[in-house]
Amino acid sequence: MADNKVQPSKGLMGWIDARFPLTSNIKNHLTEYYAPKNFNFWYFFGSLAMLVLVLQIVTGIFLTMHYKPDAEQAFASVEYIMRDVFGGNIIRYMHSTGASMFFIVVYLHMFRSVIYGSYRSPRELKWLFGVAIFLCLMGEAFFGYLLPWGQMSYWGAQVIVNLFSTIPFIGPDLSEWLRGDYLVSDATLNRFFAFHVIALPLVLLGLVAAHLIALHEVGSNNPDGIEIKEKKDKQTGIPLDGIPFHPYYTVKDLVAVVVFLIVFVAIICFAPEMGGYFLEANNFIPADSLKTPSHIAPVWYFTPYYSILRAVPPIMNSQFPGVAAMGLSVIVFALLPWLDKSPVKSIRYRGKLYKRWLTAFVVSFLVLGYLGTVPSNVWGQFGTWMGGADRATVVARIFTVIYFAFFILMPWYTAKDKTLPVPERVTC
Amino acid sequence: MSDTKINKNNALSFSTPSVVDQEKRNFLVTATACTGTIGVAVAAIPFVGSMLPSERAKAAGAPVEVDISKVQSGTIFTAEWRGKPVWIIHRTDEQTAELAKHNNQLSDPMCEVTSQQPTYCKNSHRSIKENISVVVGICTHLGCSPTPKMQAGGDMGDNWTGGFFCPCHGSKFDLAGRVFKGSPAPINLVVPPHQYLTETTILIGVDAKAEV
Repeated sequence: MADNKVQPSKGLMGWIDARFPLTSNIKNHLTEYYAPKNFNFWYFFGSLAMLVLVLQIVTGIFLTMHYKPDAEQAFASVEYIMRDVFGGNIIRYMHSTGASMFFIVVYLHMFRSVIYGSYRSPRELKWLFGVAIFLCLMGEAFFGYLLPWGQMSYWGAQVIVNLFSTIPFIGPDLSEWLRGDYLVSDATLNRFFAFHVIALPLVLLGLVAAHLIALHEVGSNNPDGIEIKEKKDKQTGIPLDGIPFHPYYTVKDLVAVVVFLIVFVAIICFAPEMGGYFLEANNFIPADSLKTPSHIAPVWYFTPYYSILRAVPPIMNSQFPGVAAMGLSVIVFALLPWLDKSPVKSIRYRGKLYKRWLTAFVVSFLVLGYLGTVPSNVWGQFGTWMGGADRATVVARIFTVIYFAFFILMPWYTAKDKTLPVPERVTC
Repeated sequence: MSDTKINKNNALSFSTPSVVDQEKRNFLVTATACTGTIGVAVAAIPFVGSMLPSERAKAAGAPVEVDISKVQSGTIFTAEWRGKPVWIIHRTDEQTAELAKHNNQLSDPMCEVTSQQPTYCKNSHRSIKENISVVVGICTHLGCSPTPKMQAGGDMGDNWTGGFFCPCHGSKFDLAGRVFKGSPAPINLVVPPHQYLTETTILIGVDAKAEV
């Protein structure tokens, strides 16, 4: 125990420390928590994700003071917040923009882990908690999106809940149970509100805590993908390449926070709808259970998976394969620690083969993401030689295959890849 | 068993047994865990059950009566039943005649999937009256409501003979709600149970006692 060596604190701190481990917690997690000294900008996104989480919780609390989770009143209450509540439009735009920003920082945070091998042993559990956070976040986004009760909210929820009805045997009853009605209705809105404001946030906070506890147990990875704990100062036991999280990284992260907030505020003030990507035009029309809008698409952060859903054709008169492929495209991230057989962690020391596969994956993710925002006939149809199939659908199928090949073939190409020698100590 | 002997000799004092009876301990742990699990499962019933459609939601699914006298030939009227759109499709004679011509492009032209229509609508036009179809306007893929494209041709291409196009994932149906091959939707649209009360009034939601 490190705190045995130090003098007991005096005064108020001493009084508290005798009753609650305040000083030792500050030391263990901040002033004497040693992080590798070679972090680059990729390491901003974890703390930014925490910042957005706090923003979402605070703005969410204030929105619930005026929002009505009732099919008759929900749409009007959101407009009421936008027009009549002092500061209501700012708070609502912070919340809606925050949702998109959350996914931006989380996707970048995940990409960081992929390129530097931060999911590799001994950080598998930390990664799994992270994947669970990601799933939870998707749930939050989905449940929250129904609440404004616009056309896109309504039909988005209709489609997603119906995904469950494609599960063989139990599907139809399951989706009815989820909706609490024969269609998306007041009952559905009311329970989605409960999930969005209480159930999932509690789970999310628990998972974030577990993610951080796991991180502080194993320590941070770094851009070189080597363990700083293996080279310690013989006298102090402090890693030679480690620096205290506070003040070094708290100050560094503050710079990121300032830059992030500039961007965030600029979006809220000048482009809160982001040209229909953050808030979709159809959602400014109240929900109508009898009429689907002529073009429906999920919000941008779900579109890669949505493209995969659309790309897989029904097999044996069942649309379940498409739904299963979509589910798998998200869950498959959890398998990364066991699929990667490379002797090195960081992309800095990997060979060309891995880099090509990673590039192919990123391109697939972006192309599928784009295709998910547009109708499947956007590029017209092929001639009769392809049976008149939509060009975009065929392209989506090709990239869906590449998306999954990145994961399925990973044990093979990571093992075969020619890696570079890894240095003893971190480089700058 | 040595500890039993001690207990017999000195019944009132609670002595520590020298040997732990592991078998008894396992039994107690298992029994406690099983009882606890059953308790949790029973306690979960009201919580899980509370999410089922309530009595009010079930009652709202009552049959509805629709007057179809004003539905012109070649047009469509949307009624509401259980909150879902129900289309009354009034085909022209040519449109009905067209139904039989594109059977080879359909997934289930003969309406073999019995769950999708009552037996009295398992015919070439999927309806009681030849020119009037009653169909739930909810795509069998993921539940969007397809857009009517009643006229042939147009933005649907030259081969289009009239029908419905789902905006969500591009499924196509003909004017009897039968799905075209290659659509994400696996089966035909649902024909709800319905009956004619008079020549121009339909009751949607219940069958006639005898098949019409």
